[in-house]
Amino acid sequence: MKSLRRYLDKIKPHFEKGGKFEKLHSTFDAFETFMFTPDAVTSKGSHIRDSVDMKRTMAIVVFALVPSVLFGMWNIGFHHFKATGQEGTLLEMFWLGFLRILPIIVVSYGVGLGIEFAFAQYRGHEVNEGFLVSGMLIPLVLPVDVPLWMVALATAFAVIIGKEVFGGTGMNILNPALTARAFLFFAYPSYMSGNEVWTHGMIKGEGIADTFSGATPLAEAAAGNVDNLPEVSEMFFGTILGSIGETSTLAILIGAVILLFTGVGSARIMISTFIGGLVMGLLLNAFAVNPFMEVPAWQHLLLGGFAFGAVFMATDPVSASQTPKGKIIYGFLIGFLAILIRVVNPAYPEGVMLAILLMNVFAPLIDHYVIENNIKKRLKRAKVKA
Amino acid sequence: MSKVIKIKKGLNISLLGTAEKIMKKADQADFYAIKPTDFVGIRPKLVVKVGDKVKAGTPLFFDKFQPEVQFTSPVSGEIVEINRGERRAILEVVVKADKTIEYEEFKVGDPKNLSREEIIEALQKSGLWPSLRQRPYSTIANPNDTPKAIFISAFDSAPLAPDMDYIVKDCVECFQKGIDVLSKLTNGKIHLNLNADYPPADTFTKAKGVELNYFTGPHPSGNVGVQINKIDPINKGDIIWYTYPQEIAAIGRFFEKGIYDATKIVALTGSEVKNPKYFKVLNGASIKNLVKNNVNDGELRYISGNVLTGSKMEDDGYIGFYDNQITVIPEGKYHDFFGWATPGFKKYTASRTLLSWLIPGKKYRLDTNFHGGHRAYVMTGEYEKVFPMDIYPVQLIKAIMIEDIDKMEQLGIYEVDEEDFALCEYVCTSKTEVQSIIRNGLDLMRKEMS
Repeated sequence: MKSLRRYLDKIKPHFEKGGKFEKLHSTFDAFETFMFTPDAVTSKGSHIRDSVDMKRTMAIVVFALVPSVLFGMWNIGFHHFKATGQEGTLLEMFWLGFLRILPIIVVSYGVGLGIEFAFAQYRGHEVNEGFLVSGMLIPLVLPVDVPLWMVALATAFAVIIGKEVFGGTGMNILNPALTARAFLFFAYPSYMSGNEVWTHGMIKGEGIADTFSGATPLAEAAAGNVDNLPEVSEMFFGTILGSIGETSTLAILIGAVILLFTGVGSARIMISTFIGGLVMGLLLNAFAVNPFMEVPAWQHLLLGGFAFGAVFMATDPVSASQTPKGKIIYGFLIGFLAILIRVVNPAYPEGVMLAILLMNVFAPLIDHYVIENNIKKRLKRAKVKA
Repeated sequence: MSKVIKIKKGLNISLLGTAEKIMKKADQADFYAIKPTDFVGIRPKLVVKVGDKVKAGTPLFFDKFQPEVQFTSPVSGEIVEINRGERRAILEVVVKADKTIEYEEFKVGDPKNLSREEIIEALQKSGLWPSLRQRPYSTIANPNDTPKAIFISAFDSAPLAPDMDYIVKDCVECFQKGIDVLSKLTNGKIHLNLNADYPPADTFTKAKGVELNYFTGPHPSGNVGVQINKIDPINKGDIIWYTYPQEIAAIGRFFEKGIYDATKIVALTGSEVKNPKYFKVLNGASIKNLVKNNVNDGELRYISGNVLTGSKMEDDGYIGFYDNQITVIPEGKYHDFFGWATPGFKKYTASRTLLSWLIPGKKYRLDTNFHGGHRAYVMTGEYEKVFPMDIYPVQLIKAIMIEDIDKMEQLGIYEVDEEDFALCEYVCTSKTEVQSIIRNGLDLMRKEMS
């Protein structure tokens, strides 16, 4: 460790201005600060600073995603074996999923971080840690058999158009991971929806049993086959088909507990999103005219990407509302609209992605009115006095 | 007891090195200095030069914008140095003290029989006028204004802060005399704000002519800005004056004895102080004798004031005009191997992202390390947890960054000061220099309004 530090100190001048590798300054800095926190000390303002930094914060989010990742790996193997009618041990199932997901994660991180490093150098900034989370979220919201070049393309689109054109991490309007998913959804719908993309090997049709439908529970429900819905316990534990990381409500809840306990994720947004979904579900139940509308409101929270979106996507602090009151309104509307789109829109049962992206756009407006309210209160106080 | 105002948002950072309530008499310091940088927005004009002899109470410099306001020497002696910084701005006017102090004699009477003008003139001449400051902007009070109220925060909630009740427990009479002086300066109320968590000193509870308010809750409940916000918030055009117990006692002593007695009690605190105790000193004293042989080895940060808002100084620096505390903490020039990934039992954070929350009640030895690099704003809701006023802190900061005067005004810039944002700066994940942004905003606003 000490020798590594000495080595870094030795080569550091090459990456400073005027050095041989000055063009790689941001990259060097990113790796250096990744291994060693900087030795900078305070010079003005508060003499002490909290031990938390962006790296730690982002590491916590990635940590909170781990249960979903691990479960997703196993689940892919599980459904592949089920679809092909084979027997497999837990480890075999997990290994199959691991081999399938790892390349997607590598491509997502490789492409995204590559672009981030280039932009950081171009702008003369330090590399921002935001993509550590986005790079993990992108694979988790994709179907298992998505081609790697699509992952690369979507990631590049999300990072450049979704984030860097606005000024980089902290400035983006839309959630980058959902931007990637939305891009693929509209550009390559045949790889993002239907009944064949959710089970590994089904597109190619290798050895898949004829009786296996491959439809996600949500698709079944949307088609009116409410009787085909799996047991509630299956939906909760996540042994159902869906995007890689979204199926297990339990794994997502473990992540939610980590985010809420550490204070990294906003409880206001998370809880109000669930409440919004529940309210819409109850409304639909009350005016139900078809079987999908009769699905109990609380079951909607277990279906599709609702829980994943509420816990990991809606809470993205950059694209969400920023005021405490705004967060509650923002979360509520996400849940409310997600279920509305899901049930009422005939073409597309997954409303969570669109609801969050839509509310991302409206978040600044919500904040505007919340702040306007505060301003009015202050003006009123001044007038009463005068 | 009157109504207790509960402050819910805030943070008490628990540090090692609280001063023990033992009063020590330090060896008299050899050097004293008055630092123009302690006073917001003044332009100092020297009236002495190196080699001049001064008495305690002799003017050293005055403010170009308010020439009546004198800044006087705390001791008698000889001017030995005038330290200047960038663009020849005066940083310190240093006086080498005599063995025994000679005082300038001022003619004063019983404040009850004096007019407002006579009191103001006496305070200005003595060098005690700068003890009174105003909100907005935290500049020295302008005698041409009549404030709508005067606020006194009688407790300090900052990390390792000295106990004001202990400091002023023996000056019941001079404190009351100081209050009598203040009552001539405003037509409004004098708010004396106390901590509801323990019974305050008689000096405060027996004071006449004041309104007692009780506060409870974490820092910044002792900040006068927070107290004003909760009791009588500042609207555009309002002016409130504020001061602190030791300054009031000094004003009282001045009207009792007719001399500028700059005595004050400071707490020597911080994890690196071997014997953290209280010391009786004169304002502007060099800390050399206090810290000599009394601090641990290693590279240290000496702070006049507390760790959140104090100013950095050397080990032979001078106590700031308004400071009641000296803090010594370790510097933090080190690299931490995979610092973001370690469990962090020994590190402190206000969030629960490190495992040190498993050890509640632990006192920490915090250093000056930045713990990270500057980033754009990503996290939200952090400032709101430690900022107890009805103001949107991040939005106000952003309005200042883009210099939008109207927005700053609408979002409540008149009600805040740097110190109110010190905790925001402390907790910031993006390591934003919040206090200097607020100062810039206040300076901008002051220029715009004058």
